Amino acid sequence: MWDYTDKVKDHFLHPRNVGEIENPSGLGEVGSLSCGDALKLSIKVEDGIITEARFKTFGCASAIASSSALTEMVKGMSVEEAAKITNQDIANALGGLPKEKMHCSVMGREALEAAIANYRGIILPMAQGEIVCECFGVTDLEIIQAIKESNLRSVEEITNFTKAGGGCGKCEDRLREILQATVNGLPVEPRKEEKVRRLTTLQKIKKIEEVLAREIQPTLQKDGGNIELVDVDGDFVTVSLRGACASCQASRTTLKEYVEKKLREQVIDTLIVEEAKP
Amino acid sequence: MNCGSDQVIYMDNNATTRIAPEVVDAMMPFLTDCYGNPSSMHTFGGQVGHAVQDARQAVAELIGAEPEEIIFTSCGTESDSTAILSALQTFRDNRHVVTTRVEHPAVKSLCASLTSLTGHKHRVTSLTVAADGTLDLDQYRDSLSDDTAIVSVMWANNETGVIFPVEEMAQMARERGILFHTDAVQAVGKIPINLKENAIDFLAISGHKLHAPKGVGVLYVRKGTPFVPFLNGGHQEQGRRGGTENVASIVGLGRACQLAAETMEEENTKVRGLRDKLEKGLLATVPKARLNGHPSQRLPNTSNISFEYVEGEAILLHLNKYNICASSGSACTSGSLEPSHVLRAMGVPFTAAHGSIRFSLSVYNTEEEVDFVLDKIPAIIAELREMSPFWEPEKMKQASGDGS
Repeated sequence: MWDYTDKVKDHFLHPRNVGEIENPSGLGEVGSLSCGDALKLSIKVEDGIITEARFKTFGCASAIASSSALTEMVKGMSVEEAAKITNQDIANALGGLPKEKMHCSVMGREALEAAIANYRGIILPMAQGEIVCECFGVTDLEIIQAIKESNLRSVEEITNFTKAGGGCGKCEDRLREILQATVNGLPVEPRKEEKVRRLTTLQKIKKIEEVLAREIQPTLQKDGGNIELVDVDGDFVTVSLRGACASCQASRTTLKEYVEKKLREQVIDTLIVEEAKP
Repeated sequence: MNCGSDQVIYMDNNATTRIAPEVVDAMMPFLTDCYGNPSSMHTFGGQVGHAVQDARQAVAELIGAEPEEIIFTSCGTESDSTAILSALQTFRDNRHVVTTRVEHPAVKSLCASLTSLTGHKHRVTSLTVAADGTLDLDQYRDSLSDDTAIVSVMWANNETGVIFPVEEMAQMARERGILFHTDAVQAVGKIPINLKENAIDFLAISGHKLHAPKGVGVLYVRKGTPFVPFLNGGHQEQGRRGGTENVASIVGLGRACQLAAETMEEENTKVRGLRDKLEKGLLATVPKARLNGHPSQRLPNTSNISFEYVEGEAILLHLNKYNICASSGSACTSGSLEPSHVLRAMGVPFTAAHGSIRFSLSVYNTEEEVDFVLDKIPAIIAELREMSPFWEPEKMKQASGDGS
C-alpha cells in the first residue's frame, strides 16, 4: 500500500475541476492507455490570465490527485507564471508523493506545458529527440529536462520521474550515459551504433587467451596444474583443467573464485566460466 | 494493535487468509506451555514431536500422501526453490527446465536466475497461454526434451484462478523420465487433490493460503523421488530440511488441513455460488467489464474482472473507502510500471489490463458482503470513467452503434 498524504487522498476522493472546457484556449494531452496513465488538460485564458482549468485523467490515485491539484494551482495565474510551474511544485502542493509516483507530477507539468504551447500556437520540442525508452516512448530531451529540473542522481530516480527504464530495462545503460553527461554539464553524445563494451566473440576470445597466458596459467602451473580454453559461447566460457587441477577437489572453487573473477575483472564482467564435460 | 478485521469485507484470499479460530486454538499451547524442542530426548520435548507428527499426518491426508512424503518448510517459495534446485542437482547434465509464462514469482524469478545460482548454463522453456489463460498440451509435449530435468507448472493460477491439467502433464513427464513439480499453493484446500492417483513428484503448499499462519509451508516429495536438501543442518525432517521446526505454525497447518478437508464441499458449493453471484452481477451491471480467465476451468473462489478505461489502483482505493479488500493486476499497485505478467501473457489488451480487479473469496464471506460489493462497484467505476479521457469517445462509439 502506498503512503499517500492526506492531501493526495483528499484530491483523489474529491477531485476538483473534472471535465473539459468547451472551446478551450489551450488543450494539452499527454500519456496513453498503454502506459497506464494519461491526462487531458484544458485551459481558458482571458487577458493573459488562466481563468479556468479542467482535467480528465486515466490513472492511479496520485495521477488523479496531481491533475486536480494542478488545476487549482494554475487558476488565476498569468500564462507566464503558470509556464514556470515544475513537477516539484505540483508534488509540493500535495504534501509530497511517494518517489515511485513522481512521474505522475511530471505528467501534470507536461500536460500544462502542452496546453500552454497549444494556446500560444507553438509545437513543443518534446516531440523531437531520440526515443530512449521504447516501452514508454520517452525521449532523451524529456529525460535531460527531468534530470536538470528535479536534480536526479540515479537511473532509478529517472525511472521514478519519467518511467524511462521501467519496462524491459534494456535502455538502462543509455540512461546512465545521459545522466552522467547531463550531471557533468556536457552535451549528450548521440547513441553509438556499436558500444565499446560489446566485444565480438573473436575479440573476447583473444582477450580471454591473453589473460589466461599472462596471469592464470602461470599461477596454476606453480601448483602442478594447467588450464585450457575450450569454447566461448556468448558469455559462457568453457575451460578444461589439466594436471593436478583436474583431480583437485577444490577445482570448482578455483574456477569460480579465481579464474572467473580474473576474467570478469579483465575482459568483461558478465562472463560465466564452466568446466568442459569429460 | 487492532486492525479492525471485523470491519472489513475481505475478498483478497489469494493474497492471504484469515487464520481460522480453530487453528489459533490448536497453536496456543505451543506458543505458551509446550515449548520443548521436538528433537529432545526428554518427554517434555518428545510430546511436541508427536504434535508435529500428527500435523504431518493431517497434511498428508488432505492431499492423499504418506506422512513421510511431507517436509515442513518456511513458505511456498522455499518449497518451490527446494524442488527445482533439487532436480537440477540430481540430473546435473540435464540443463533444461520447462515452466509457464504465468507462474508466481516464486518460480518465475527462480527460473530466470538459475544460471547465476548454479553456475551452469540453463535453458528455460516458458510455455505460453491462450487468451483464456489455459495451456496447450501439444506445445507442452513438444517442449519436453532429452535434457529436461524438471517441469514446474502451477496447479492453479493465483491471479485468474485458472486450473492447469497438471496430473496429465505429470504423466507425460514421467513417461519421458522427467521430474514434475507443481506449485499448488492456490489449489490445496480449494479443490480435491489425491497424489496417490497421479505422477506428480513435488508439490508446494503455503500455510497462509488455507487459513494457517504465515511462515510455514510444505514440500511434498514422492517416495522414491531423488532429493537433495536446500537447507542443510540438523537431522530434522529426516535430514531433508535442517532447522528447528516452527512447531506452533506446523501444528496450525495440520489443523487447517483438517478444516480444509471438512469445508472442501462448502468451498465448491457455497463459495462458488457467492463468487458466481458477484461475477455475474458485476458483468451485468457494469458496461465494458470482462472476465479474465477460463469461465469454468477455474478455482471456485477466484474472479478476475477488468473494468476497461479505468485504472486498478484508483478502483482499489475507492473500495478501500468502504473497507472492501481486493487486489489488482494494474501496474500502479505493484511498484513496477507494467501491468501483471499473467494478463499480458494472456494477451489482455492494455485498456483492460490496467483496470483488472481480482476478487478471491473464502468460506468466511457472506451473501450480504457480496450484495454490498455489487451495490458499490458500479458507481465507483462510473465515477472514475467520467474522469477518464478515454471513456467519452468509447461512450460515443457505443451510442452510435459501433461498440459491442
